[in-house]
Amino acid sequence: MTVRIQTEDFDIGREVAAMRAGNPQIGAVASFVGVVRDVNDGNRVGEMTLEHYPGMTEKSIAAIIDQAHARWRIFDALVIHRVGRLKPLDQIVLVVVTGAHRGDTFAACEFIMDYLKTRAPFWKKEQTQQGEQWVEARASDDIAAERWRLKG
Amino acid sequence: MITILYFARLREALGKTSEQIALPAGVSDLGALRVLLRQRGGAWAEEMADGKQVRAAVNQDIAQGDTLINDGDEVAFFPPVTGG
Repeated sequence: MTVRIQTEDFDIGREVAAMRAGNPQIGAVASFVGVVRDVNDGNRVGEMTLEHYPGMTEKSIAAIIDQAHARWRIFDALVIHRVGRLKPLDQIVLVVVTGAHRGDTFAACEFIMDYLKTRAPFWKKEQTQQGEQWVEARASDDIAAERWRLKG
Repeated sequence: MITILYFARLREALGKTSEQIALPAGVSDLGALRVLLRQRGGAWAEEMADGKQVRAAVNQDIAQGDTLINDGDEVAFFPPVTGG
């Protein structure tokens, strides 16, 4: 398991290659990249700042990956989340999961992302034409995380 | 003493990143601590009000109102998370 919180950008190709290196048991690699958009709730976003809770962030993501391991047959998982100032087109988050087969690998990747959205302590503040504002949590993210509970 | 951390909108509204306080007798869980902070009035009364969406952690684990607090703990208050 790898969890990295960083201000720098990441290279998905390099990260996937590092996870696959020398492991012929891997038959599936699922990945997700989250990217900054230029519009949120109708407001044009020029820039955003991501704040986090150092220590708890890493701990909570590690706990989410542990849960994914308990529920699906996967080999390894990587989460990279950027913090600090970001602008539209920038990558924010990367999740990569490796496994033998696609079913469990896809599911674990989506689960990690859905849980991260509602449980990992990050907060976005957007700079828009209307000024600075903290992004409000979305009910749809709670619903996305909640549906995994039903499948448990 | 306990350490209390504030993040994001709460940090700005309360004008405080962190503080250390001695736990008064009778304040043994998170809910009671929230009531204690609310009694400071002003922005504290507003941000810690029952109707406000406030999340909390004790020793870096998500906590609820009935989560116990002990001397030496690290408590954090913050708005619902918006990462990813």
